[in-house]
Amino acid sequence: MKPEEIVSRLKERFGDRILESKPDALSPWTVVDPAAIVEIASFLRDDEALAMDHLELLGGVDYKDRIEVVYVLYSMKHRHRHTLKCRLPRDNPRIATVESIWRVADWHEREAYDMFGIVFEGHSDLRRILCPDDWEGYPLRKDYKFPTSYRGMPV
Amino acid sequence: MEVDYSGEIMTLNMGPQHPSTHGVLRLELKTDGEVVHEAIPHIGYLHRCFEKHAENVEYPGVVPFADRMDYVAAMNNELGYVLAVEKLMGIQVNDRVRYLRIIMAELNRIASHLLAAGTYGLDMGSWTPFLHCFRDRETILDLFEETCGARLLYNYNWIGGLMHDVLPGFEKRVIDFLDRFEPLVQDLNRLLSYNYIFIKRTANVGILTPETAISFGVTGPNLRGSGVAFDVRRDEPYLGYDEFDFEVVVGKGEFGPVGSCFDRYMVRIREVLESCKIIRQAVARLKPGDVHESIPKRIKPPAGEVYMRTECPRGELGFYIVSDGSTKPYRVKVKSPCFTAMSAFKEISRGAMIADIVAIVGSLDIVLGEIDR
Amino acid sequence: MGVIEGRFEDNILITSLDWIINWARSSSPWPVTLGLACCAIEMMATGASRYDIDRFGAGVFRPSPRQSDVMIVAGTVTLKMATRIKRLYEQMPEPKYVISMGSCANNGGPYWQYGYHVLKGVDAVIPVDVYVPGCPPRPESLLEGLIQLQNKIRRQTIAKTSKVERA
Repeated sequence: MKPEEIVSRLKERFGDRILESKPDALSPWTVVDPAAIVEIASFLRDDEALAMDHLELLGGVDYKDRIEVVYVLYSMKHRHRHTLKCRLPRDNPRIATVESIWRVADWHEREAYDMFGIVFEGHSDLRRILCPDDWEGYPLRKDYKFPTSYRGMPV
Repeated sequence: MEVDYSGEIMTLNMGPQHPSTHGVLRLELKTDGEVVHEAIPHIGYLHRCFEKHAENVEYPGVVPFADRMDYVAAMNNELGYVLAVEKLMGIQVNDRVRYLRIIMAELNRIASHLLAAGTYGLDMGSWTPFLHCFRDRETILDLFEETCGARLLYNYNWIGGLMHDVLPGFEKRVIDFLDRFEPLVQDLNRLLSYNYIFIKRTANVGILTPETAISFGVTGPNLRGSGVAFDVRRDEPYLGYDEFDFEVVVGKGEFGPVGSCFDRYMVRIREVLESCKIIRQAVARLKPGDVHESIPKRIKPPAGEVYMRTECPRGELGFYIVSDGSTKPYRVKVKSPCFTAMSAFKEISRGAMIADIVAIVGSLDIVLGEIDR
Repeated sequence: MGVIEGRFEDNILITSLDWIINWARSSSPWPVTLGLACCAIEMMATGASRYDIDRFGAGVFRPSPRQSDVMIVAGTVTLKMATRIKRLYEQMPEPKYVISMGSCANNGGPYWQYGYHVLKGVDAVIPVDVYVPGCPPRPESLLEGLIQLQNKIRRQTIAKTSKVERA
């Protein structure tokens, strides 16, 4: 399916939950409402024509005024790819988890929490994965201050 | 006689320093003594802040950091990053660069699979295949060293071209190596792959079904070992891989159910022979040219984003690059194949014995530098 | 050598004893497997058949720190791992030595500037005897580092001396 067809299929099902889209970009993307992410995700996986059963990437991007969560989805059957984005406020980024839909989202969401502080509601075990458990701060945010020492060791 | 030991569960730690965990991985095993009820992997002991570095250095400067991620197959890492930036900038490279990149990537795939096979044999208790694999790997590293000066971490694929052209006589040395090496794979098979003890230890262990594999995002030889014939080089070709004639190797379940550790291992061994085929075809098509032709003077991609994936020896390596129009990337996010394979580990290792945990970790072929970035 | 160390002045008996003890210690330094990152692959290549480390006596890589003499810290030391390395070092019995292999273990390596989770040099947590530079160092460099360590061991003495020489 072409990117325009994917976007139009999403729009006809979800209407105004689809906020913005750019199907002619190098990697076509669509911005969706964060409150509807679980419904949209299960539709994308279960619909016969879309069949996006492979979550390739789930990551955060820190723009200065917002934090975005990016989902890159791929269909093994139809061989098409699409990117979903959700825009979250910087001071309290919260979004529902898609762990029940694609099981790989478990670790990807833990990493997004570790690096950006995005809280995934409903996640079974949301704790830091790469940094130690008592680390302070969210390292990949643009305003992160590098620590000078950790547990007595100079950094 | 089935005895229920679930009242006696203890937590054992296969700590970050362990001879068989292929790097600094910590496995927390909840076991009753021999059967593992739950194995929880803890990672992050090699977190080297690649993504933070990528935001603070210029585009060409990210290449040395990219090849320290999966340090066993560095050419493929660099290739993934460089292809993503070239897609963003719309650069087309000439044929010589394309074929040389393919030759280097496939040679590195052979070297990486040899290391995986050698260390897997070491985990299973045999020392000789390790020495055989490293002997052949040294010849490949010699070929890399004469081209770019380094044995392990190259900085060879540059945005728009390559660092240096190959020396005269390189094609002949590659073909000599392949002629000498292909019969030696049969030696390795006789030593390790069809060894009775090895088959007993791996053929019924660590079964990964295709549905679980796709849901967990497992790719590469781990997915193909479960019977799913998916290879980025054939299904979404880059660099002109669709011109080459090679087979996608799939696990067949010769000695046990499909998707066992033995299948994943055998897929790697057979892929080595397929890579030899690809290298021969690429060397035959190599034409003279200038490898520095398409390198732009200043790497300043237009604002936008791109997602590009390539087939690494461990799976699909994906790069998601966001550019804001300046000379430094705004965000580089890496989708690492070993990260997703490790997230499926808890599922694969349910009910295994402690010795089987070692077999499963070895068959997933993880490199912690890529998991932790 | 806790009983006879530092009790006697330097004389011909002590010098001969020194020679034998140092020869024994330097001829079989058994490393503990602490391969962390890329340098670990070069360490494995040093142990393989082309650059054989076993001819220097160091071919037996012990998994347990309690049975080894030298700790080759090969690779980047992160903050999460640094506490574990200190614990492993304390478990090694005397006499123990440390070779810091690669630029990440020497002083942070390529991650010195923006590595918030990287320890800039393993000598912040454990004392180091020999530094081997390189990224990663060639197997020949590691062998040279091992030879320098062997020379350092041969210079030690069990006699009572005014300067403190760590055994």
